[in-house]
Amino acid sequence: MINEKIIVAGFGGQGVMLMGQLLAYAATNQDLNTLWFPSYGPETRGGTANCQVIISEEDIYSPVFSKCDTAIIMNGPSLDKFESRVAPGGKILINSSLVSREVTRTDIEVIKVPVNEIALELGNLKVANMVMLGAYLEVLKIFSIDDIIKVLKKTFGEGKSHLIDVNREALKIGSKSTK
Amino acid sequence: MAKVLMKGNEAMALAAIKGGVDAFFGYPITPQNEIPEYLSRELPKLGKVFVQAESEVAAINMVYGAGGAGARVLTSSSSPGIALKQEGITYMAGSQIPGVIINVMRGGPGLGGIQPSQADYYQVTRGGGNGDYNCIVLAPENVQEAFDLVKESFDLADYYRNPVMIAADGLIGQMMAPVDIDKETPKLDLPEKDWATTGMKNRRTKENKDVDPNIIVSLSLVDTVLEEMNLVLQKKYTHMRENQQRYELINIEDAEIVIVAYGTSSRICRSAMEILKEEGIKVGMIRPITLWPFPEKAFAEIPESVKGLLTVEMSMGQMIDDVKISNNGKLPVGFYGRCGGVIPEPEEIVNAVKDFLGGLNG
Repeated sequence: MINEKIIVAGFGGQGVMLMGQLLAYAATNQDLNTLWFPSYGPETRGGTANCQVIISEEDIYSPVFSKCDTAIIMNGPSLDKFESRVAPGGKILINSSLVSREVTRTDIEVIKVPVNEIALELGNLKVANMVMLGAYLEVLKIFSIDDIIKVLKKTFGEGKSHLIDVNREALKIGSKSTK
Repeated sequence: MAKVLMKGNEAMALAAIKGGVDAFFGYPITPQNEIPEYLSRELPKLGKVFVQAESEVAAINMVYGAGGAGARVLTSSSSPGIALKQEGITYMAGSQIPGVIINVMRGGPGLGGIQPSQADYYQVTRGGGNGDYNCIVLAPENVQEAFDLVKESFDLADYYRNPVMIAADGLIGQMMAPVDIDKETPKLDLPEKDWATTGMKNRRTKENKDVDPNIIVSLSLVDTVLEEMNLVLQKKYTHMRENQQRYELINIEDAEIVIVAYGTSSRICRSAMEILKEEGIKVGMIRPITLWPFPEKAFAEIPESVKGLLTVEMSMGQMIDDVKISNNGKLPVGFYGRCGGVIPEPEEIVNAVKDFLGGLNG
């Protein structure tokens, strides 16, 4: 039974909102129930930005949740803020390029991916979020890379279609990085 | 038709188009800006009117004018912006001008914040405007229902020649969820708008010289005439009370406690009810969909097993007044609320129910 609650957090500008939205779009395409909402407080102006996503085969009631199944952490301050919000037995994906400290919890699975370095090797730091999303797809096992590319093509439109290849590459490398 | 992932605000904007909106007048304010953003892009393509007015006061008076001319009109705002529109809303009610007003509520009082809230219950049900008037107030629980109710609201406004308000909140406005945008909503049999101020064209003819111009005012300096005008309005409000109360009853059979909650609060309460069910505590819910007319009929359906009513709101307790009136002293009424933009988590409501039940049993 699919019922996944996700927090995606990082700096404003790292593409955390988009990561969450791509998951919600992919879920909609598969007729799953889903819900995305942003933290749109003053903290989005330069500080940490985050969004919460729910993907479920059942009806979704409360849009808010105290504990998530997976936290995707793109920077240090986000780890401080959300480490305690992961449910016991849940997962935390860490951008080890920017997060220097270790996760202190021992009851959750930690997956570290140096997404900034990988993105720089691909020649475009902006796809760091897609490297991370690729890693998460491998953990989540609901959506394929093609599912995300399909959504991304629609989101990008004609104007940014030349960026699809590098994003696909980023998703692929990300998905392999967890092994 | 497959569902489309949309922000609540965008879904409400699209619903207005599907509901036949002719013109939108508004002034920006968070957290409802995606409504005017969407309509500023889409309405001109359809040959319809979008105006960003110089203020909320201007916008609601443009709504008054266009509605008076027979157009289907929409304005949207958030709490402090709606406060500014209150004068125009009572003028619309007094002059019997249809129109739809969306309030995507945020924390108050004053300028408040930009996070979700339900602290405008009094504002939308009691009005800030003067006089004996009411608006139908529809409170969606999720994005799909927001779409459905906005689409339907234009028919309701025209049917009653009265303003209809949508009471959403910042969370419903900002969240994205899949929406069936082709969903059919109830349609009403609507009379011709022969009262609209569209000039004398086709009305005063050679054969028919005695037709008076249509004049729309809320002013009358003769007390008995004004009372007469009021009684016309009251007749409509009575019809609304009898025919438009809407609510959902959830698991109230055998319930020990019945929660009363609407909008985002009711959604969170549904999750709390699942947790409580697993713990063997029987909790039901009355979910008002119309805040005005308040669904007092729902309270007649409360079974004998119920020991008390718990009102849950994202305010410090406003709807609780209507709950108490509808309950009429029968059962103890408790309250749990958060405010200022804080959204309660299901676990808080679970605890509130247990505390309330403990107090009743203790």
